[in-house]
Amino acid sequence: MVFDIGLAVLVLGVAVWTTAARDAFAAVVGFVAYGLLLALVWVRIAAPDVALTEAAIGGGVTGVLLLGAGTRLRAIEATAPAGEKPGSGLQLAAGMLCVFVTGGLAAIVLLLPEPAPTLAPLAAAHLAGTGLDNPVTAVLMAYRAIDTLLETVVLALALIGIWSLAPDGVWGGLPGPRHHIDSDGVLTFLVQLLAPVGILVGIHIFWIGSVAPGGEFQGATILAAMWLLAMMAGLVEAPPVSRRWLRLVLVIGPLTFLAIGLAGFGMSGAFLAYPEAYAKLLILTIEVPVTLSIAATLALLVAGPPERAQQR
Amino acid sequence: MAEFMIAAAIFVLAMVALGLARILWGPSDADRIMAAQLLGTGGVATLLLLGEAMSVPAAVDVALILALLAAFVSVAFVKGVASSEADGA
Amino acid sequence: MTLALDGLTILAVCAGAFFFLAGTVGLLRFPDPLSRLHALTKADNLGLGLIVLGLLFQAGGLLAALKLIGVWLLALLAGASISQLIARTARPGGPPA
Repeated sequence: MVFDIGLAVLVLGVAVWTTAARDAFAAVVGFVAYGLLLALVWVRIAAPDVALTEAAIGGGVTGVLLLGAGTRLRAIEATAPAGEKPGSGLQLAAGMLCVFVTGGLAAIVLLLPEPAPTLAPLAAAHLAGTGLDNPVTAVLMAYRAIDTLLETVVLALALIGIWSLAPDGVWGGLPGPRHHIDSDGVLTFLVQLLAPVGILVGIHIFWIGSVAPGGEFQGATILAAMWLLAMMAGLVEAPPVSRRWLRLVLVIGPLTFLAIGLAGFGMSGAFLAYPEAYAKLLILTIEVPVTLSIAATLALLVAGPPERAQQR
Repeated sequence: MAEFMIAAAIFVLAMVALGLARILWGPSDADRIMAAQLLGTGGVATLLLLGEAMSVPAAVDVALILALLAAFVSVAFVKGVASSEADGA
Repeated sequence: MTLALDGLTILAVCAGAFFFLAGTVGLLRFPDPLSRLHALTKADNLGLGLIVLGLLFQAGGLLAALKLIGVWLLALLAGASISQLIARTARPGGPPA
């Protein structure tokens, strides 16, 4: 009980501080701290799958994404006229909107009938038909596979949106600034040791998703983070975004998903329906390309729009 | 044993909360990165203790991911600070 | 046997928590970033290490124990390298050219 109250107070305190922080860097650090604490909350309410995703995406990748955005904003802010800051009326309106949304969500959760309506027993009852042992993965890949398919498409669209921010001269070029190899070798040493371990951990988390908390999103995020680490250490050069193999890797996940979904019409009579005997095999066939695609997409999302022209 | 683990988790969490104060004051960006580093390690410790107390074996996996991504985020922070100082910001 | 293991766990976890305390106090009270960094690494190495040691006695099986040690080694590696990098930006003269 003490733990729960302490954790809740801490999470709220960090959230308030993040919104009140004066410069972007401090706010991003606060945001990452918030993500880490939320992962603790998810474990506390026995939702390890969500905790894995929160620690990976919420705490890690999104934090670095915001950091990159803050760095780019700093360059723009230096030239923006001071009168363009949002007025206090706008800030007040934004605050009120947040309060209403939070109040609405809190009311819904607190006013739920006891016991709360849930489909969990139904989901658990049909687990054997999907060939999986982890109910969360079963929901993501079997019961609500269409949502996961649409998520992968949304990620690809977001990447296209970011690429469209490239200036004309470097269209199709290399994303992100040039990273020089660390002269003292500390960063090189770290990445050379960490990246292989990270890749193994990522594959492990992806693989056990069928029987234990884990899955493709968490595993893909770790793989993306390791690729980004190698890019930041200057050990690997970011690929030009016009490369065909890169674009193939990015779309192979959603395309495979879509293909198997359409094949569902022939096999079981509905979109994304798996015949029971092949369910696990089909899910695996979907998961491997999707993991690769999501890893590549996340890494390129963080790397940003092309900033350097490719050498011919 | 479970109560002891929870008590230890509360203690480590309290330490992390105190360390977060450094993020608040920290005159330099390096202080902020250090506080985030402490949060990462403290978070890993709290997760391991909590997982043991609640018998959630997956908490070790979450701690593994946390350790990896804390390293990733810290490197990004250090690079961010270095680049901002190079820009003269 | 279980009582002895439990006793060792409590001992190790308490020692680990003490080092976390030391690290946090150092982070808050030391005068400049480099000395704070020194205090921080104590929490990383010894604090987490002793807690992991304590949990090892409770671990169910070799794989679980190896995972725990793996987490500690990762934190150790990351902490040591990041400290070097942070120290470079926190040097009184600024980062080396």
